[in-house]
Amino acid sequence: MSRLVLGPFNRVEGDLEVSLEVEAGRVRAAQVTAPLYRGFEGVLVGKTPLDALVFVPRICGICSVSQSAAAAAALRAAMGLVPAPNGERAAALVLAAENLADHLTHFYLFFMPDFARAAYRGHAWHAAARARFAAVEGSATAEVLPARAAFLELTGTLAGKWPHTLALQPGGSTRAVAMNDKLRLLALLRRFRAFLETRLFADTLEAVAALDSEAALWRWCDARAPHEGDFRHFLAIARALGLASLGRGHDRFLSGGAYRLDDAPLFTAGLWRAGSAAVEAFDPGAIREDGRHAWLPDGPALHPFEGRTEPLADKDGAYSWCKAPRLGGEAFECGALARQVVDGHALVRDLVARGGGNVLSRVVARALEFARVLPAMEAWVQAIVPGEPFCRHGAMPAEAQATGLVEAARGTLGHWLVVRKGVIANYQIVAPTTWNFSPRDAGGQPGALEQALVGTPVGEDERVPLAVQHVVRSFDPCMACTVH
Amino acid sequence: MNLLWLQSGGCGGCTMSLLCHDAGDVTGTLRAGGIELLWHPSLSEQTGAEALELLEACAEGRHALDILCIEGALLRGPAGSGRFHMLAGTGRPMIDWARRLAARARHVVAVGSCAAFGGMTSSGANPTDACGLQYDGEQAGGLLGADWRAPDGLPVINVAGCPTHPGWVVETLLGLAAGAFTAAELDALGRPRFYADKLVHHGCSRNEFYEFKASAAELSQLGCLMENLGCKGTQAHADCNTRLWNGAGSCPEGGFTCIACTAPGFEEPGHPFHQTPKLAGIPIGLPADMPKAWFVALAALSKSATPRRVRENAHADHPVVPPAVPRGGNGR
Repeated sequence: MSRLVLGPFNRVEGDLEVSLEVEAGRVRAAQVTAPLYRGFEGVLVGKTPLDALVFVPRICGICSVSQSAAAAAALRAAMGLVPAPNGERAAALVLAAENLADHLTHFYLFFMPDFARAAYRGHAWHAAARARFAAVEGSATAEVLPARAAFLELTGTLAGKWPHTLALQPGGSTRAVAMNDKLRLLALLRRFRAFLETRLFADTLEAVAALDSEAALWRWCDARAPHEGDFRHFLAIARALGLASLGRGHDRFLSGGAYRLDDAPLFTAGLWRAGSAAVEAFDPGAIREDGRHAWLPDGPALHPFEGRTEPLADKDGAYSWCKAPRLGGEAFECGALARQVVDGHALVRDLVARGGGNVLSRVVARALEFARVLPAMEAWVQAIVPGEPFCRHGAMPAEAQATGLVEAARGTLGHWLVVRKGVIANYQIVAPTTWNFSPRDAGGQPGALEQALVGTPVGEDERVPLAVQHVVRSFDPCMACTVH
Repeated sequence: MNLLWLQSGGCGGCTMSLLCHDAGDVTGTLRAGGIELLWHPSLSEQTGAEALELLEACAEGRHALDILCIEGALLRGPAGSGRFHMLAGTGRPMIDWARRLAARARHVVAVGSCAAFGGMTSSGANPTDACGLQYDGEQAGGLLGADWRAPDGLPVINVAGCPTHPGWVVETLLGLAAGAFTAAELDALGRPRFYADKLVHHGCSRNEFYEFKASAAELSQLGCLMENLGCKGTQAHADCNTRLWNGAGSCPEGGFTCIACTAPGFEEPGHPFHQTPKLAGIPIGLPADMPKAWFVALAALSKSATPRRVRENAHADHPVVPPAVPRGGNGR
């Protein structure tokens, strides 16, 4: 048996170290380390509750709006506010823009460049993959960055800037939208749709959203030459490399429900397990965070309302600053795949039924979200009524306890806020990658990535095994959020 | 010139912002300006051992290093050990890497207020003992010490902001590549003067409301945000309202207050971010370079002269009273 320590593991957000025990050419066990601690939760204690809106976006530069949205949701619940419908739509647009921009960044800048590596030379698909997806140098970079920047002008219009806006407030959003702004937003969405329909899919978003089984996906893939559309390009490589057989996790999926407007989410909340007959309810009250293998004091696993985050750099058996969140004692996976399987999209349900969560299904689910979310964004813009209010105001009670749940690009993000005597008495955050990249809990149960890496092939001379990189990056981890 | 970019105690938001550079493909823009990306954590192919070889070669001086960009605060804790951030795969604190690499680099750039001053990561009781490369808040010093200088005599260039505007970073890097940066280009806090000699107030679309002290009472209203809602745009060093963000925005354009994120200590203003601290009804933080007596006199005068249009629009989220349309020509 040999041991491999991989780091700095780049093309993920933030710093990441992965340690592998390798036996007979396969990963026997993995440990995932979040090596950076900042301590945001402690900093928030004693602050005016609304000041959370300044601090929490700065937990993470790539999930900044998601953090804002979760804080705004918790504050809204604490204040008992009903947001202005216009503001709710504007905030959903800003969140959706971040989530789709993150999916785009992940696909083109973080994930695909690995197929351009020299180690894949000799595969029939390599030359084309290298020309298109090579890190920085590939032809995709020069197209994707301007498309992404142009798409995020939507955020410039609705929220002043990205990242780190203060536009998302408990009662809605701060920037009213006039008739001409709507036209500008629609034009920006059309431009991004054109990019997706020509470059990513070489097909309409509606055609992609209508794919209803794995068989239909491969038929769609084979209907055109493999390089017509970057997603088809990926599928062809994925099939050649067998990515569907890599990175299978626990197959327990969690979604907090995404894009809640008028109290109804676009993608439903719930839990899904391999072999489920129906979606189970998600009860945030059943979450406990375990710190046994984190550099934090030992103690019973606590619900986030009771949670504490005090660093303890010297501790036997600890290997990460990340806690281990568990729901009813079980580790869960969250992200686009979880959202889509819980929501019941036929293609994703079929992929999960056949192969569970794996490198292929995680990437397909993200691509599917472009096709499902952009049309919703178009409808939200249409539904904005210029002249009607965007933000309602209210008072923060001196004593309150509230939860804010949103779906970030990478999965379920929760903020738990306790207000005492008018100031924050406790603020705990459970981020998507805290779920996915958690260390083992007190019972030895590994987190989703630790599980997914088991069995991954490792070549004899591989210093940074490629299959391991595909599995890790298939989760699109955000280490900045993970340890906040 | 080559460029090595490392991230430590921050959020990665300055990199994300950089990728929003709107003059096209930012990596291509830098390449065309003579800057080759040696390694960047979000963009480069090399990972793990491949990346470490490069970092080690730079740190030992075997590989030339022209520009070192650090994003995120430097975490000295706990107890000076730097263990709050051990660079993955190395078993060594990031502060050691930053010190070693800075000693070899021709230029060192702090990207963002965290790397410049400690920033958001140093807020509250500063649990990680975070600081900037050459400042600890507004005190010179930080990780490298006040006397640290690059081979050409420049201190760390502090491209402060939370996040940084992509234009600030790109123009700083292109300026270094072009040999256009001298000490005279930096302000008293080491920030590039091309943006730090301007105020957020310049070009703010709320300026008419400011002139008449027609103030918003709540966020989302159009009025000036200085009197009630904590806006520091009249004191904040940056060109946010003349340069604009993400094609169209800025904080006041987005309907919320400027929190002076390019300044050391912005993260702990000593008051709720959305409340203006006042003494006898007068905001404590006055516009830059403005004598208090004049501010008070002008505010009283302008308040009494506020047109109905400006007064009413200040409390609405969209203009409810349009400017009068002159009839029969402006000359009458």
